[in-house]
Amino acid sequence: MAETKRICTFLLRLIAFGTTVSAAIIMASSRERTTVLALSFEAKYSDIPAFKYFVIANAIVSIYGFLLLFLPSESLLWRLVVALDVVITMLLTSSISAALAIAYVGKKGNPNAGWLPICDQVPKYCNQVKGALVVGFISVIIYMLLLLYSIHRVLNPLLVEKS
Amino acid sequence: MAPQSGTEKPMFAYSSITCQAKSGWSWTLVGLRLLAFLATAAAAVVMLLNKQTKTLVIATVGTTPVKLTLTAKFHHTPAFVFFVVANGLASIHNLLMLMVDLFGSKVDYKGLRFAMIAILDMLNVTLVSGGANAALFMAELGKNGNSHARWDKICDKFGRFCHRGGGALIASFAALALMLVISVISIVKVLKSSK
Repeated sequence: MAETKRICTFLLRLIAFGTTVSAAIIMASSRERTTVLALSFEAKYSDIPAFKYFVIANAIVSIYGFLLLFLPSESLLWRLVVALDVVITMLLTSSISAALAIAYVGKKGNPNAGWLPICDQVPKYCNQVKGALVVGFISVIIYMLLLLYSIHRVLNPLLVEKS
Repeated sequence: MAPQSGTEKPMFAYSSITCQAKSGWSWTLVGLRLLAFLATAAAAVVMLLNKQTKTLVIATVGTTPVKLTLTAKFHHTPAFVFFVVANGLASIHNLLMLMVDLFGSKVDYKGLRFAMIAILDMLNVTLVSGGANAALFMAELGKNGNSHARWDKICDKFGRFCHRGGGALIASFAALALMLVISVISIVKVLKSSK
């Protein structure tokens, strides 16, 4: 039982690492050059601060996830992991919500502010950003599950002892 | 002697812990929660009532001016709607936890009290962080515009809307910091009380 739990969490952390790395890479490699009215402009992820924050946050989380894969299972550092997991999950949710807010404006525009949608002019860029956001959302869900599991793992032995 | 001391041994069930007098940590927690509740409620209410109307005269037909009325409301932007909803939910959570802290010492929680509070605290921290950050980046877009996407800034035209939104954002980030501290204290309390 403990063995399957360990393998399950290891696999889950591996998948979480994979999703954050791919979200960062897909967003960072999104680029398209297009010509509008004889002016050529290039859409890059770095034009929009929310997407830059998304890439940076996912890069930080993937480094954290990579280091955690090598943590031995009986070490006492797993209690620190509970606290770090909270901070990491907070970072991920903030980055995905910021990127989603700006991507919504990019896709549907905001008629009240006079902002036109840009997805018609750069469809390939838009699709790649969409893919990165989907992968980022999956990584948020997985990290939330991992957070709940680490809380359960650290607190439950202490609860079961006394009841 | 031994059987008598065995019956006098105190039971460390969860509900009996709350019968003790409140320690200093508990009063700190109550104070912090009150501040966090006020901050999230203020952020939600200020953004909810955020509205600015501007009337421009675009033409004059004869002697009557043709006016154009532009309004900036919070619900034009989905990010601000999410901000209001997230802060509203977090303030309800903080209010409930405040009531539980102050008045809930007689209710039997079957040992789950501190664990549920710690988990709910963490989930609310992530919720508030999501809402605050989405609104922050939308506000940055409104303030600076984006030349690459040809989006003009709107803060020079609707200054009061921008200032009020900025105030709500500051309150929300203060609430986020407070709620993070509260969450850490709750977890430390759970770990300490079960040792």
